Amino acid sequence: MRALEPWVELPLQAFLDESAARLTLLMTSSGQVVAQHGFARSLDVMTAAALGAGIVASTEEMARLMGGSRFEALVHHGARQSCLLSVFATPRGRWIGLVVFGPETSVGIVQLFFDRMVSELEALAPREAVATPTLAENFEHELNASLKALFGR
Amino acid sequence: MTPEAMVLDRVTRVPGVRGALLASAGDGLVVAEQLMDGVDGRAAAALAGALVGRLLRTTGAAGLESPLFVHLRAEEGSLLAAPAPNDLVLVAVVGPDANIGLARLEMLDAAGRLG
Repeated sequence: MRALEPWVELPLQAFLDESAARLTLLMTSSGQVVAQHGFARSLDVMTAAALGAGIVASTEEMARLMGGSRFEALVHHGARQSCLLSVFATPRGRWIGLVVFGPETSVGIVQLFFDRMVSELEALAPREAVATPTLAENFEHELNASLKALFGR
Repeated sequence: MTPEAMVLDRVTRVPGVRGALLASAGDGLVVAEQLMDGVDGRAAAALAGALVGRLLRTTGAAGLESPLFVHLRAEEGSLLAAPAPNDLVLVAVVGPDANIGLARLEMLDAAGRLG
């Protein structure tokens, strides 16, 4: 498990220990990765983050068209592994969690401990100003720096 | 009243039972519930579903018969679970003074009626 910000590590590690999730990705609603567990390649992280943020944006637009409030969580049930995609509020803005899990756990367990992690993140998040959006000219540099931190190389 | 609600009603009438719920064993999600305030149904369903699911897999792998009833005793009460047909688990959260024997009988009978 690797996180860009140290205060994320404890709640995320507790979630991983309890849920037995195979892969976990925490990112901002714009797809900037905050923490990851289980991914072996930076390319996979970038792809998953982009797809996750895209799915959340699509479902939010779908909810808007249907005249409802936004969806909070989306679960894809698979035969060998399943995926939970959830949006939650933090003092640092809206974040997205992407969790891939197998039959060794259950969606109930994953959702239960995911919600606990969200509560802990909300309590632990530093109350300072939200980071400004990344500018286009800095994007590649910041992306490379984040991936280096997340993969330790 | 639906069959599920009738089953939960019978179990929650037992003295000391703080709540009962039907959970999906595979998913650990609540299907129906009748709980007192302060009982976290989501947590009970998730944990009981996982526990029963693992016990069923373990006993199956060991060539043993599937468990009919699970009693998880804690300091301030117990969690009772009875596997039911259609991948369901009947779960009861009981206090330390509950009549466990009666709750067990009611749960086994109720779980059998869900088929």
